[in-house]
Amino acid sequence: MATKLDKPLRVAGEPWVWCTAMGLTLGMVMVVLLLGLIAWNGLSVFWPKRVDLVTLRAGSQAGIGGSRTLAGELVKRQERTAPTERGTYEIQLFVGNRDAYDFSFKYLDEADIESRATPPELMVIERMEGGDAIGTPVRLMVKGESDLAADAGAFLSRLRAQVEVAQARRAAILRVEKHEIGAINRDLEDANRALRNPSADRVRIDGEVAKLQQRYAELADQARQLRAAQADDQLILRLATGEERRIALGQIVDYAWPNQLSTWQRITASFHAGWNFLSENPREANTEGGIFPAIFGTFVMTLLMSVAVVPFGVVAAIYLREYAKQGTWVRMVRIAVNNLAGVPSIVFGVFGLGFFVYVVGGSIDSLFYPEYGSTPVFGTGGVLWASATMALMTVPVVIVATEEAIAAVPRGAREGSLACGASKWQTIRSIILPASAPGILTGLILAMARGAGEVAPLMLVGVVKLAPTLPVDSLWKATDVVPFVHLDQKFMHLGFHIYDLGFQSPDSEAAKPMVFATTLFLIVLVLVLNLGAILIRERLRRRYALGAF
Amino acid sequence: MTTSPADRQHAAQAEAETAKSGSISIRNFDFFYSGHQALFDISMEIPPRQVSALIGPSGCGKSTLLRNINRMNDLIDGISHRGDIQIDGRTIYDPHLEVTSLRKRVGMVFQKSNPFPKSIYENVVYGLRVSGVNDRSTLDRACEEALRSSALWDEVKDRLQQSALGLSGGQQQRLCIARTIAIRPEIVLMDEPCSALDPIATGKIEELIMQLKKDFTVVIVTHNMQQAARCSDRTAFFYLGKLIEFDATVKIFTTPGQKQTEDYITGRFG
Repeated sequence: MATKLDKPLRVAGEPWVWCTAMGLTLGMVMVVLLLGLIAWNGLSVFWPKRVDLVTLRAGSQAGIGGSRTLAGELVKRQERTAPTERGTYEIQLFVGNRDAYDFSFKYLDEADIESRATPPELMVIERMEGGDAIGTPVRLMVKGESDLAADAGAFLSRLRAQVEVAQARRAAILRVEKHEIGAINRDLEDANRALRNPSADRVRIDGEVAKLQQRYAELADQARQLRAAQADDQLILRLATGEERRIALGQIVDYAWPNQLSTWQRITASFHAGWNFLSENPREANTEGGIFPAIFGTFVMTLLMSVAVVPFGVVAAIYLREYAKQGTWVRMVRIAVNNLAGVPSIVFGVFGLGFFVYVVGGSIDSLFYPEYGSTPVFGTGGVLWASATMALMTVPVVIVATEEAIAAVPRGAREGSLACGASKWQTIRSIILPASAPGILTGLILAMARGAGEVAPLMLVGVVKLAPTLPVDSLWKATDVVPFVHLDQKFMHLGFHIYDLGFQSPDSEAAKPMVFATTLFLIVLVLVLNLGAILIRERLRRRYALGAF
Repeated sequence: MTTSPADRQHAAQAEAETAKSGSISIRNFDFFYSGHQALFDISMEIPPRQVSALIGPSGCGKSTLLRNINRMNDLIDGISHRGDIQIDGRTIYDPHLEVTSLRKRVGMVFQKSNPFPKSIYENVVYGLRVSGVNDRSTLDRACEEALRSSALWDEVKDRLQQSALGLSGGQQQRLCIARTIAIRPEIVLMDEPCSALDPIATGKIEELIMQLKKDFTVVIVTHNMQQAARCSDRTAFFYLGKLIEFDATVKIFTTPGQKQTEDYITGRFG
């Protein structure tokens, strides 16, 4: 009886269908869990958490500086690795005020805690330096005015107004120091290079240099004054330990009373924080501030890579598929191309450094930039060489995808074109390439996904921890407004940023949320780039759908 | 170069035919696919400005012969041939002859309609564009003329810029015919042009074929014997790679000279 039932089951292959379905389900579940974990952890960074005021039991040694109260955001509650008889759970608090305490996180045994409260007056201040400050505002000291106590009616509006003034001043400092002084520095460098030319008009150049140096001194003075003014107004904050600290308003990036926020205010605050994270420059060795330069660098590098990889891959595939005589030799080339896709990426990095940077870049420098002397222009890592290295690494993917796409063009299309008297090249150009464009884009999508996420080779050919300027700007010569791509410039990259934050920063515990958020945005960026390519591919598919052949 | 009397006679004959250009003469033609022989010693004179039908059971080599006339078989690896095919007295295997210029003189319509994923207009003028014609008024004129000749003009004149893939199967096939005759070839080869079409569309194409023979030499491969009987002037019967009989269609279908032909057209085999 059993055999009768078994046989059709085996013949129909049902168990195998179940196995494949289970394999797929397992894979999907793992992907969803991973993405969910990253998204949850990454997004929760921006959610303004409540600040707990913790009062410890009398006699507890866990307090800071002998104080019995602590204020901080609850990070997590966990079981102790070595439980004591006093309890098995401990909590981790983000206490902030790194400048006062020398640390930002504190573990507390639950057994030590007498009570926890969330008083509304607790304030969280995001500062330029020293991380967040957490405490109760006491009074505002504005230069030339009498002190304003925190419970005074005008306190809030004065604070907001003075912080806005300070932020405007910070923008002015940035403009003067980075843009105006930067432009003068470039002009000075140009003048110095011009002086090396023996036939240069020394008198005129010296005059210009003197003028520039005078202007430089004026601007530097202006910047100094602005900087000094940033410390004019101060906020006195009492920490949970009772200590009072002065915070210059020029230091304040943002402030909030998280225990007073409604849900809607929390949502707007998280969008605000998320936007700041996306649009701002990093601060404090990348552990604070935003990731805009990294997003931009990744984006520019990936686009440049795409521009380089598609023509090369397509041309190679056309030759392999259409013109090369199919045989052992072509088969060997094809195997080699496929193997190239499997070469560890660091090998490409080393090759890029040795070939692109030193050989190609070095030659460009000695040919076109002799006046720069020993300072390399293209002879050092940069966004161009990084893109070229990435293009080289991903070109096999494009070649394989293009070959497949060309092979999939129906014979009817090819024959129809040839029967009209078209040459082989005309057929390729006007029939085969348009019809295989969607396939080529599939290759590009795979290439971009790999290229955008790669870190190891980039570390050798142009990625840096902190790039002072973006690789694209409109500030080539102060007056110019045309976007200019600095192909020789080093750049920041999200992948490297993750590595740097998570594993190179002095306080990895503090950087952990940033790592999650950065990872999330790296994934989102790859997704956005891919979606763009997918949209183009769908349009091409509709346009060049080859009907029923 | 020596000229035998036979050659001279052939040259004179060829000259006579040039006036009515579009004659195909196939001489002792053998054809091989990587060693396997597909055609055996085919000799036939296809007259100009007439419809010649090639019939025979599947695999008898009629399509192979047709695809040799415009050298479409060159796309296949490992082919070889013996003998010669001449068009208006000139061999198509002349090494000085560009295969693209041969194909401009010998157009081809395929079994499955294969319009390009372009507009109707661009489909029709494709052959002219690849020949380097880009003058808008010339292209417009050629497009209209070709579409009129293929009895498609009235159906598509208002949507020339729309995709050709939106046309019905029969319209697509007529578009392919228009595309072929837009470059004014001398010969139009048709490889089972109606096998994927319904009877009404087939009827239209057959009508069109009758029209085309005023200007073109038409060679059509067909499995449909009624079709051969209806629209061809001469019919060739192939069997196992050999030409059994080539004669006036009326004669083939009424008093065939060979027993095999009679068996085939009366449906006793094949």
